[in-house]
Amino acid sequence: MSDKKIEKNPRAAYGLALLEAAKANKNIVALDADLCTSTQSAQIQNNLPEQYIEMGIGEANMVSAAAGLALCGKIPFVHTFAIFVTARPYEQIRQGVCLPKLNVKIVGSSVGLSDFGDGATHQCFEDLALMSVLPNMTVFAPVDATEVPKVVRAALAINGPVYIRLNRNDTPLVTEEATPFEVGKPLVLAEGKDVAICVNGVTADMGLKAREILAKSGKSASVVNFSTIKPLDEKAVRAALGSVRALVTVEEHSVIGGLGAAIARVLSRAPLPTERIGFADRYGQSAHEYEQLLERYGLTPDNIAKAALGLL
Amino acid sequence: MGKIDDATLKALKEKALSVRLGIIEALGIDHRGHLGGSMSCADIVTALYFYKMKHSAKSPDDPDRDRFIMSKGHSVLAQYAALAEAGYFGKDVLATTKSLGSVLQGHPERETPGVEANTGSLGQGFSMGVGMAIAGKLDKRDYHVYVIVGDGELAEGQIWEATMASNVYSLDNLTVIVDMNGIQAMGKTRDRYAIQNIPGRFAAFGWKTFEIDGHDLADIVGTLDKATAVKGAPTAVIARTVKGKGVTFAENSHDYHNNLLTPETREKAIASVMAM
Ligand SMILES: [Mg+2]
Repeated sequence: MSDKKIEKNPRAAYGLALLEAAKANKNIVALDADLCTSTQSAQIQNNLPEQYIEMGIGEANMVSAAAGLALCGKIPFVHTFAIFVTARPYEQIRQGVCLPKLNVKIVGSSVGLSDFGDGATHQCFEDLALMSVLPNMTVFAPVDATEVPKVVRAALAINGPVYIRLNRNDTPLVTEEATPFEVGKPLVLAEGKDVAICVNGVTADMGLKAREILAKSGKSASVVNFSTIKPLDEKAVRAALGSVRALVTVEEHSVIGGLGAAIARVLSRAPLPTERIGFADRYGQSAHEYEQLLERYGLTPDNIAKAALGLL
Repeated sequence: MGKIDDATLKALKEKALSVRLGIIEALGIDHRGHLGGSMSCADIVTALYFYKMKHSAKSPDDPDRDRFIMSKGHSVLAQYAALAEAGYFGKDVLATTKSLGSVLQGHPERETPGVEANTGSLGQGFSMGVGMAIAGKLDKRDYHVYVIVGDGELAEGQIWEATMASNVYSLDNLTVIVDMNGIQAMGKTRDRYAIQNIPGRFAAFGWKTFEIDGHDLADIVGTLDKATAVKGAPTAVIARTVKGKGVTFAENSHDYHNNLLTPETREKAIASVMAM
């Protein structure tokens, strides 16, 4: 087993990346619903207060107002916890942002189980599904803090709606500054030929550890990261998967409508046997530590390795 | 301010007549459409497009133009009629409303020349107006944002989120006009949420409020002039209106909230409007 990787906080990286972007582009405005410290839009509030708009605890109004701002040439970044910025103002996103294809960026913080203490109401396993089904929406789930600034820049390069999901906690770094980020293209984190472990966000490091476990059983696993959930390019996905015989998809999201579903969709004409690991149509709960919850719900290297062996 | 000359008033009345005939044209024959709510706000829409707003069909993207949002998007027929009258598209386009592939959709969409936002899911257009007004403040532009909401629409919680936000940001460049026709899709507003004291509700949130007869063009334009002169607070104009106004058989009834005209009732509707 390799040593524990360096961990960094994706939302802290996000706040700095947004600040850098907002300094360069005065049309960028950050909106938040009273959680700017959690989402790190506080970077704008503290350093560029004229580009920060506090919208109070009114997410529906916040999203529709962002649409109005975009209609006047602003580039709004809309923040709060993932569940409150996707599910609560969902119809506002659909009607006001995606239908007219407005340049609004929706940023969901504290995804998955990462708000471990607050429990089921504040955890979110539905955001990728909700955002992916909307026409005109691009959906990103950055893999680590190093990649976050690249994702922010990619979001800005898109003149249209973008959703970005961010983990609340320090997570292992699995990419480097020089690692490319390309919209719609998976990234091979480690090569292998029997099975591909498909990951994103916090599950990337679990996949890499599962790969080492599998190596001890003589099985060769690749680890392929999917920071773009939508759009996904079928050719790029097949190229990244190579000639493996099976897939294990691992996500901190419902197994319905997330990463596993996105991969199944693009491979549907010639699918591979796939085991989906994620939230199995259920809600979470509180815990004192993030890792306790990841383990409780089966998001572990051992579980991934077991699933892979079952397919081979 | 507050008083317009007779010639201006006469010209506005003629525009209002054209708008009402345009609504009937856009509704067509045997296709369901929102006649009642379009007619109830027809005079307000007329006053905005042909008296109050700084806008031009020749420069629809002018960053300094005033913005209009029909938050009660089902009443868009009134806006289509006004936009055609103002030259944003030909009057012949009105008859294509809601037909497959038409630029005039069942609810407002930005694809339509002159339409500023996608609205009709109730409550949302108001908030979009809030965003536009905030943008105007940020960019130090002096445009004004006008939003028409329905009285039934006031049941949407988002309306009151937007009301709070407007006051916090002192959006004196935002005027919301409540088309208070007392009727919503399924019946009388008072038999549903009975939202009473609408001016008091807005005032309690820090708004400056006005009450008018929403069919008295002199009253409408005089009050709009007063509203846009207010500094430091958003303004709400509560307009007493008659659903279906001008089409006597559709007045004060929810029967024509979303209904069709036959060749016969269409002729009656036109005659009724001409006789106003
Ligand atoms: Mg009404």
